[in-house]
Amino acid sequence: MTKLTFIAHDGTHFDVDAENGSTVMENAIRNAVPGIEAECGGACACATCHVYVDEQWTAVVGEPEAMEEDMLDFAYDVQPNSRLSCQIKVRDALDGLVVRVPERQG
Amino acid sequence: MTITRTDVIIVGAGPVGLFAVFELGLLDLKCHLIDILDRPGGQCAELYPEKPIYDIPGWPSISAQGLVDKLLEQIAPFRPEFTFGRMVSSLERLGDGGFRIVTDDDEVFEARAVVIAAGGGSFQPKRPPIPGIEAYEGGSVFYSVRRMEDFRGHDLLVVGGGDSALDWTLNLQPLAKRVTLVHRRPEFRAAPDSVNKMQALRDANLLDLRIGQVVGLAGRDGRLASATIKGPDGEIEIPCTRMLPFFGLTMKLGPIAEWGLDLHENLIPVDTEKFETSVPGIFAIGDISWYPGKLKLILSGFHEAALMAQAAKRLVSPGERIVFQYTTSSTSLHRKLGVPD
Repeated sequence: MTKLTFIAHDGTHFDVDAENGSTVMENAIRNAVPGIEAECGGACACATCHVYVDEQWTAVVGEPEAMEEDMLDFAYDVQPNSRLSCQIKVRDALDGLVVRVPERQG
Repeated sequence: MTITRTDVIIVGAGPVGLFAVFELGLLDLKCHLIDILDRPGGQCAELYPEKPIYDIPGWPSISAQGLVDKLLEQIAPFRPEFTFGRMVSSLERLGDGGFRIVTDDDEVFEARAVVIAAGGGSFQPKRPPIPGIEAYEGGSVFYSVRRMEDFRGHDLLVVGGGDSALDWTLNLQPLAKRVTLVHRRPEFRAAPDSVNKMQALRDANLLDLRIGQVVGLAGRDGRLASATIKGPDGEIEIPCTRMLPFFGLTMKLGPIAEWGLDLHENLIPVDTEKFETSVPGIFAIGDISWYPGKLKLILSGFHEAALMAQAAKRLVSPGERIVFQYTTSSTSLHRKLGVPD
């Protein structure tokens, strides 16, 4: 199991055990992390699972692909460390990953 | 006033609305589908056309658009009629027990039964996440262009990087006092040709391009005066009396919420025998319907369509005996489907 930490906008920490191969978004939904909507169900089609990747993790997580960048255009307060959590696959290298939930999803 | 009359109006042309045409067609009911999108398929076509679906019985894997294409082929013998790009706005019960539906373009439809297969609701332009934008909507902020003249002589801010944003930047540039295009990053989703044209106008100083995000609006009495744009070099304020934000689509229940139907958290409760709503003669199937144990699966919607069709038939043709038949063996169904003898 890979450990992920979601920090909700109010500062609440959610530490969850994630299966490798699942998406970060799926783990947020399963654990009822507030502020992750995932309106489209993970099709990279809505930008409502936007998260900020902790600065220490951006290099490991990597950059969004072109399609995800296109979708990020629709998100709120996009930062250089913005990602759509449905496009981040959990893997060993992400053990300990910290992501922050933005104030709002669009 | 032109009135389009049919047996059943189906609100929503997603996979479940399309399959309803088949089940109703087998029972000799004619259908007219109305959808806010410009083509059939609903979420399958709009959100994830290329994505495979793995739980359609008999199809180990089929792309969402592939499923829509197959459904269109399957219902073709019943010659359904479509109205695209329109949202149903009002519904009224007629004295004879039928229904009248009017679209946002004032087109009028009458039918004996109404089937709501509207999925997650109608796709509508997404309100951009800019504080206080609501106050300017309809006066200075618009999500589509109805009349280009409304933009003449204005300081226009177009926000977005897709085709809509680029097209309107180019189309309104000659009319507006000054057009500013704001986009989050230097790359655009829009067609390269439009981007090149925009860059050329910018090089000729005929419009402004700003990389950044709109973070604030200022004005009074619903009239916009300026916008604050946060870019890599900080914030700047620019004059802005008209704004066209293009932030994609979201799904909203929309006017259906005003039809007097019982609702359950923005879904429509139905019984699981007829899939009828709290208003007799109005049915709901697919993702928009709710009952204990409901699963938002396309395959569940297909089942709901089949049972709903039986109930709709009894409503439209009271007293007529419904003979249960299989498409495999019934010669009468074969005739309806155009199967050669």
